[in-house]
Amino acid sequence: MTLPDTSGATRRRSRRNSRRFGAVLRFAVTTLTTFLGLLAVTFFIGRVIPIDPALAIVGDRAPAHVVERVREELGLNLPLWKQFFIYLRQVLTGDFGVSVLTTNPVMEDIKRVFPATLELASVGTLIGAFFGVPLGVLAAVRRGSLADQIVRVIGLIGYSVPVFWLALLSLLFFYARLHWVAYPGRIDIAYEYTFTSTTGLFLLDAIMQGEWEILWDLFRHIILPASLLGYFSLAYISRMTRSFMLNELAQEYVVAARAKGLSEARIIWFHALRNAAVPLVTVIALSYAGLLEGSVLTETIFSWPGIGLYITNSLQNADINAVLGGTLVIGAVFVTINLLSDLLYRTLDPRTRSR
Amino acid sequence: MSTETLKPYSRAWLLSDRPTSRQQARMGRAYVIWRRFSENRLALLGLFIIIALIVIAALADVLSPHNPVVGDLMRARLLPPGTEGFLLGTDDQGRDILSRLIHGSRLTLLVVVLVAIIAAPIGLVVGTVAGYAGGWVDAVLMRITDIFLAFPKLVLALALVAALGPGIENAILAIAVTSWPPYARIARAETLTFRNSEFISAVKLMGASPFRIVLRHVMPLCMSSLIVRVTLDMAGIILTAAGLGFLGLGAQPPLPEWGAMIASGRRFILDQWWVAAMPGIAILIVSLGFNLLGDGLRDALDPKEAGQ
Repeated sequence: MTLPDTSGATRRRSRRNSRRFGAVLRFAVTTLTTFLGLLAVTFFIGRVIPIDPALAIVGDRAPAHVVERVREELGLNLPLWKQFFIYLRQVLTGDFGVSVLTTNPVMEDIKRVFPATLELASVGTLIGAFFGVPLGVLAAVRRGSLADQIVRVIGLIGYSVPVFWLALLSLLFFYARLHWVAYPGRIDIAYEYTFTSTTGLFLLDAIMQGEWEILWDLFRHIILPASLLGYFSLAYISRMTRSFMLNELAQEYVVAARAKGLSEARIIWFHALRNAAVPLVTVIALSYAGLLEGSVLTETIFSWPGIGLYITNSLQNADINAVLGGTLVIGAVFVTINLLSDLLYRTLDPRTRSR
Repeated sequence: MSTETLKPYSRAWLLSDRPTSRQQARMGRAYVIWRRFSENRLALLGLFIIIALIVIAALADVLSPHNPVVGDLMRARLLPPGTEGFLLGTDDQGRDILSRLIHGSRLTLLVVVLVAIIAAPIGLVVGTVAGYAGGWVDAVLMRITDIFLAFPKLVLALALVAALGPGIENAILAIAVTSWPPYARIARAETLTFRNSEFISAVKLMGASPFRIVLRHVMPLCMSSLIVRVTLDMAGIILTAAGLGFLGLGAQPPLPEWGAMIASGRRFILDQWWVAAMPGIAILIVSLGFNLLGDGLRDALDPKEAGQ
């Protein structure tokens, strides 16, 4: 039978498939243009804003023919759109140029430092979500109470305090005065050369290798910077949780559950929180992405060898390749996390699925 | 009761259901908003902090007991807070920290005001044009907005300053470039809500050009939500500027910028904690003030969201 099947069911299915295809296509186009845009922005910052990158390399006392040769080597004599395509091809093949400071290819440097930031931001987000969600629920349930006010003040201060200042003071207090935590850095010098990391995530490696002593040392190093980042994500997460929970607790199903005689705890933690959990996933993902930003300043205080410290060190040494490479990577990770959270939201919330 | 009998500017005149002039209607609305705003004690505290900041910045020369830039290296190096004549102590160059903080308030205010003046109109124009025009104009403008939103603010500002060179003007420019996208989003969302409403159709029928409609009818209606958002963003702008200053990319020494002051106090944090601690407290208070003011404004202008 090669005759086209024209039954209603098939037609409906094909229409649904084409709609889904359209959605996927739109998603792909959005993603692609966003990444292209990121590249265009970094290209613009690196090539167009500085008056002459060639002069920046050789200095303004170099003879004219040297400047000219460098311009040609860099491809600066080509039209701008051609330069952009060359830049595009380089970046897509993982070539971000060479760092002046470390003399390594920027890509290699970033591969080396990125896991440290990932580890710090992950532990920070875990801390933020672990404390932020219950605090937000508490504030919503006891709306207007003292607890609500305290949670609000904690959040407000989190939105208002300079992260580097709080980091400095906490270092002064918990390290220099109380000796509760280890000095800035990621690992004790004693272990630095004996400990080999396979994944770049030291905590994970230490657990897998069963090195409990090293794990304790790593913990003493990470706990302060991660708690600080955790505090900033807590401020955001608790505020949003409160708002979502207030919204859910005003819904009719909560009244129905109460009428049914369910315990208040069950209503709050099982019924309302489960519905609030879907938008919360997005919020937690956003705060995770936000910690990448917060880590730039935090890492410089705690000498945490991550991408933030890499960027700021490169900045101090006018190492523009490294700065732009790091910016691009952070931007790309930021976009990817946002896209993933969007996809996750669609899978978790049945209302957003196409019927 | 006719409105003529009401005494102008009295409470009843302001709250009248039937205002007889445009001015009366405007003042009445402002009065209602102010009443709602002033019920909120924290919002009033925020307003007080910001007014105090402005007054301190204006009277910096009168208020500061010492010269903010030139210190007394011989006798006043790193004195602790509470020393006679130096309420908040002195820094490593013998400069009075209180005087530096007072003068630094000018820089903070400068950054905040300039960023708002540059970024808010860009966002307003992009958002209203995108929302009103629709179609491919909307698609293109919103894609550009999304691309700028895709970078974390501080990281993009860092890269921009790296290319432009350090300095307070470039820091302001960089922060402005990273600040406008959310304003464009808000302005567009507002525009979409009344784009097809009847008063716009009426203006269109009267022959108004799209340019005039956007400028005279759409933009004013976007203002209140934009003002709330800008006020709420002020704290973030101050923190970003302080972060850039801390990294040595913002205001350059000897300017008494608060973030740069923290950076210079970092070296003495173990023994002379106040050099780094005091400017941070100033930043915290001012950011808190803007956050409280913004929250209060949001609740007063938009009672739907109050308490959320």
